[in-house]
Amino acid sequence: MIRYIPSTINHLILLIGLTIMIVPVWVIFASSTHTSLFINTNGLQFSLGDNFIENYSRVLFKKAGFFNEITVLKMFFNSFVMATGIATLSVVTSLMAAYGLVYFRIKYASFIFWLIFVTLLVPLELRVMPTYIVISKLNLLNSFAGLIIPISASAIATFFFRQFYKSIPEELLEAAKLDGTNSWKFFIDFLVPLSKTMIAAVFIFMFVFGYNQYLWPLIMTTTEEYWTVVMGLKTMYGSISHRFAFVIMSMIPPLVIIIFLQKWFIQGIFQNK
Amino acid sequence: MKKVQFKSSYSQYFFLAPQLLILLIFLYWPIIQTFRDAFTIQDAFGFGSYFAGFDNFKFIFTDPSYYTAFKFTIIYSFVITLITGSIGLLLAVQANNVLHGKNVYKTLLIWPYAIAPAVVGVMANYFFSERFGLLYHLFNNLWGFNWYEDVFDAYIYVVIAGSWKQISANFIFFLAGLQAIQKTVIEASIIDCKSNIRRFWTITFPLLMPTTFFLIIINITYAFFDTFGIIDTTTIGAPGSETKTLVYKAYIDGFKGLDLGSAGAQSIMMMLIVLVITIFQFRYIEGKIHYN
Repeated sequence: MIRYIPSTINHLILLIGLTIMIVPVWVIFASSTHTSLFINTNGLQFSLGDNFIENYSRVLFKKAGFFNEITVLKMFFNSFVMATGIATLSVVTSLMAAYGLVYFRIKYASFIFWLIFVTLLVPLELRVMPTYIVISKLNLLNSFAGLIIPISASAIATFFFRQFYKSIPEELLEAAKLDGTNSWKFFIDFLVPLSKTMIAAVFIFMFVFGYNQYLWPLIMTTTEEYWTVVMGLKTMYGSISHRFAFVIMSMIPPLVIIIFLQKWFIQGIFQNK
Repeated sequence: MKKVQFKSSYSQYFFLAPQLLILLIFLYWPIIQTFRDAFTIQDAFGFGSYFAGFDNFKFIFTDPSYYTAFKFTIIYSFVITLITGSIGLLLAVQANNVLHGKNVYKTLLIWPYAIAPAVVGVMANYFFSERFGLLYHLFNNLWGFNWYEDVFDAYIYVVIAGSWKQISANFIFFLAGLQAIQKTVIEASIIDCKSNIRRFWTITFPLLMPTTFFLIIINITYAFFDTFGIIDTTTIGAPGSETKTLVYKAYIDGFKGLDLGSAGAQSIMMMLIVLVITIFQFRYIEGKIHYN
């Protein structure tokens, strides 16, 4: 009997929490389905209007008027290329580097270890100016390589894969060595399949991390051709309900990942921290 | 390291090379450049530069605007840590207690974590604009809220914008921490102590200490670095430059003001702060072993 009363309070507090999380996004979404004229005279809206298809298709496909040249569709394409590139590059290089660190006897092993992990001290925000200069010296401004590689230069994933490899029993390598497996085959045939779950988790986490990049694309793209969705928020203009529609659309990829790949994403958070 | 290892003279370098190459070119090169900038003074017209020793550091320490940014960053991280930590813990405790709908609550409470800070900032912008900001007008009616002019009101604005998404992060980790506490411990404590609230503070909360400490570090790191996108899309430092974080100020001075020396010195100061935070973090990871 007594259980029911506290449980009601639990639900009540949780519902307040949900309200704080959902209402702001709902208001922007509801407002994005009205005409700009209506918003400008009546303010933000809580109920849906009937301009949903018109507003969203205009934002997505129309060239001039919202931004100068680029369509939002192209910006989504750029964001996906960037996020996929960052996730792929960091997973592949980290997987390999962790393997090199754990499974080989290396000269200067601790020096290389520190060379890799000291980089955790320097987030991109702290080296953004000099990185910009390096990228421009390498002629990589306004390119996907320039968008992707500096963000992938991170040791977080290496740290995590290294921990995972260390937890794999020694017997696995002993047995493989008895069979005469070489280091490359052991990596491809044993370790990569064993790490599948971790690879998926890190990949999804890095994908969201890459998609959410704001500062880097903002300063290294000078032509609209390489603009991404999140940085585009800063530069967009156009009428108010179209801007609302763009903000809502920019949230969809991370939302889809949370709803459908939640298990992997959360695993990724725990492994990356 | 493994006891059984491959003995090879070159394979290991093949595996290490891709990452090391990327780190050397895109991380070490810029970092070395940052140090060079920090100890150099550029001629105002860009004609030359000379070695300046610690002059850039002396300059930022005598610059009142650096203190303003420093003060704001400290206040900002403290308030965000406190607010998001307590709301996250409150929600996690409730979600851990309910029997029905646990997963629905979980999904609906964690999604803001995946939203980019810049997107959150743009959204907050609409709620705090003078034109049709619902919160702007609500607060304005209550106490004459006006973040365009009042520093404290601007603080409120960036704190709300900065906390919203971080509540989710705190919720996820606290919920995981609560679920890791063994059932037997809780059952035993129920026999000893009838009061839910007292039991929470004397049994559950101490057991959550590792999570709490870890989240403090996560929240501070978030307030220092990730809020860049929020500041840049909300106040841009307004009213004057009272809501500029250290990272934001370094970016403005370096990229907009083209004062590379000062920006370099500021970046090195930030690296020292990150170093201190990281040392704490490693201490925590070592400390965690005792709890398990």
